[in-house]
Amino acid sequence: MIKESKSRMAFNIINYALLGVVALTCILPFVHILAVSLSNNTDAVAGRVSFWPVGFTTYAYEYVISQGRFFSSVWISLKRVLIGTAINMFLVIITAYPMSKEEKEFKARKWYIVFFFITMFFGGGLIPTYMVINKLGLLDSIWALVLPGAFSVWNMILLMNFFRGVPKELEEAAFLDGAGHVTTLFRIYLPISLPSLATLLLFTIIGHWNAWFDGILYMNSPSRYPLASYLSTLVISNSNKVSANMTMEQIEQLSKISDKTVSSAQIFLAMLPILIVYPLLQRYFMKGIVVGSVKG
Amino acid sequence: MSKKIKTIKKSNRQNTRFLHVMMLPAVIFTCIFCYLPMFGLVMAFQDYKGFLGFTGSKFVGLENFIYIFKMPGFLSALRNTVSIAFFKIILSILVPLVLALLLNEVVKHARYKKLVQTVIFIPYFLSWAILGGVIQQILGYNGSINELLKDLGMTPILFLLNNQWFRPIIITTDVWKGMGYNMVVFLAAITNVDIALYEVAKIDGANRWQQLLNITIPGIRSIVILLTILGLGNILNAGFEQILMLYNPVVYSTGDIIDTFVYRLGIEKMEYSYAAAAGLFKSAVSFVFVMITIKLANKFSDYRVF
Repeated sequence: MIKESKSRMAFNIINYALLGVVALTCILPFVHILAVSLSNNTDAVAGRVSFWPVGFTTYAYEYVISQGRFFSSVWISLKRVLIGTAINMFLVIITAYPMSKEEKEFKARKWYIVFFFITMFFGGGLIPTYMVINKLGLLDSIWALVLPGAFSVWNMILLMNFFRGVPKELEEAAFLDGAGHVTTLFRIYLPISLPSLATLLLFTIIGHWNAWFDGILYMNSPSRYPLASYLSTLVISNSNKVSANMTMEQIEQLSKISDKTVSSAQIFLAMLPILIVYPLLQRYFMKGIVVGSVKG
Repeated sequence: MSKKIKTIKKSNRQNTRFLHVMMLPAVIFTCIFCYLPMFGLVMAFQDYKGFLGFTGSKFVGLENFIYIFKMPGFLSALRNTVSIAFFKIILSILVPLVLALLLNEVVKHARYKKLVQTVIFIPYFLSWAILGGVIQQILGYNGSINELLKDLGMTPILFLLNNQWFRPIIITTDVWKGMGYNMVVFLAAITNVDIALYEVAKIDGANRWQQLLNITIPGIRSIVILLTILGLGNILNAGFEQILMLYNPVVYSTGDIIDTFVYRLGIEKMEYSYAAAAGLFKSAVSFVFVMITIKLANKFSDYRVF
C-alpha cells in the first residue's frame, strides 16, 4: 500500500509539473509580448527581453496612442462587435426557436433543414462572394463585415439543441394561458437558456473582434480596417520583408530597424479586451460547449 | 372544453404561419450570402471577363480545371493541404485527449485543475492576426527561441523561412491554439462516465492506471472516434488564415495550400475563372468527404447534425 501511494505521489508531481508547463506555453508568449512592449526598443530588437521589461518605458504605448490610425481601427472594431453581435444574436434566436419544434408541429422543418444543411458544407467561395458584396454596394462599409456572416447555422444548431431540452409542459402551459410564440420564446425559452446564450454571446463577440480577413477583402481603403485587419497587415508585411536570398547580416540589419516594441504594444492592446471578457463569461461557456458538442 | 381545444388548435395553425415568419430573415440572409454566390461558380466553366459579365463570357467547359491542374504549384499545394490537415486532425484529437486524461488525474487540487484548464483555453480565443504577430516575434531572428539557441552556442534558425521547419510550426501552433476546446469536451465526457464503475473497480483492487485503461478510456471511446471521424471532413482545410499570416514565397513548396493558392490567383492576380475553378474543385472534394464522414458518424453513434 505504501509503495502504491509513493508511486502515486511521484506520478502526481510529474503530472502537475507537466500540466504546469503546458499551461505556461499558453501564457508566457503573451507575458513576453507585454514585457517587450514595455521595454526599450534597442534592448528589444537585440533580444535581451524575456519576461520582464528591460529599460522600462511606456514610449510604445504613448506612440500607439498618439497615432490616430490605431484608435480609429479600434473604433471600427467596436462598432462591428456591437452591430454584428446584436444582429447575429437576434437572427440565431428567432431561427432556433421554430427549428427546435418537432416535425409534427412544424411540417416545413425538414425543408428548412435541407436548405441550411447545404450551406454548411458548400459555398460559392471567395471570388463569387466578393462579387455579390460588390454588387450590393457594401464594399468599404461596415455592413460588409456584419451582414455576410449575420446568420450562423452552427450557432443556430447549438441553441436549437438547447431549446429542445426545454420541457414541453412549460410551453404547453404557456400556450394554454394564451401566450403566442413570441411571448413563449422570450418569457420561457430564453431565461432557461442563459448558459447557452452566454456561450454564443462570447463566441460571437470574440469572433467579430478577431475577424480580419473580411476586412482586408472588403475594405478598399486601409483607413477603414478594423483592428484585427490592421494588425494582420503589419504581420503580413513583416513576413514579406525577409526573403531567402538575404544574408544573415542583412536579416540582422532588418531586425534592428524594426519597431518591435510598438508592434508588441499593439498586439497586447488587441488581446486585452479578450483577456478581460473571457474570465467573466467562462463559467457559462464551459457548460455551453459541452451541451453543443457531446449531444451526439 | 372541446371548444377550448379547438381554439388552441386553430391558434396553433396560425402559429405555424408565424413560425415561417420567424424563419424568413435567416432564409433571406442565407439566400443572398450563401446561395447567390453559388451561382457565381458558373465562371469556373467560363472564360470570365468582368466587362462581359456572366451572360456574355464564353463557356469553355472544363478547360479551367485542366489548366489549374497543369499549373506549377497546384499539385504541390494540394499535397501540402492534405498532409498539413491530416496531422492537424490527428494531433488536435490526441493532444487534448492526453491533456484531459492527465487533468482528470488532478484530484486533490481542484483550484489547480481549474486554473490549468482556464489558461490552456486562452490561445483559442486569439485571432491569427494576433498570434501571427506573437509567433513572428518569438521565432524571428532575434526572437526568444533564437536568443536561447545563440546562448547555447548554436546558429540561429530562420524558422518561418525554412522549408523543414515551416510545416511542423504550422501544425504545432494550430494544435496549441485549439487544444483547450477539445480538452474541455473530453473532460466533460470523462465526468459523464458512470461513477459506480470506479467504485466497483476500487473494491476489486484496481489501481488508477487500471481504472484509466479499463473504465475511463472505454467510456470516452465513442466521443473520441466521433470527433475523429468528423475531423476527417476537414481534410482539405489546412488553416487558411493561419498560413496566409505566416507564410512567404520562400516556403511555398511546403506551406502553400489550396486556399492560399486560390487567394493569390483570385485576389492578387485577378484570374477569377481559374480561382473559381480551383475553389470549386476543393469544395466538391470536401463536400464528398464531409458527406462520407457524416454517414460514418451516423452509422457509428447515431450522430445527427440537426
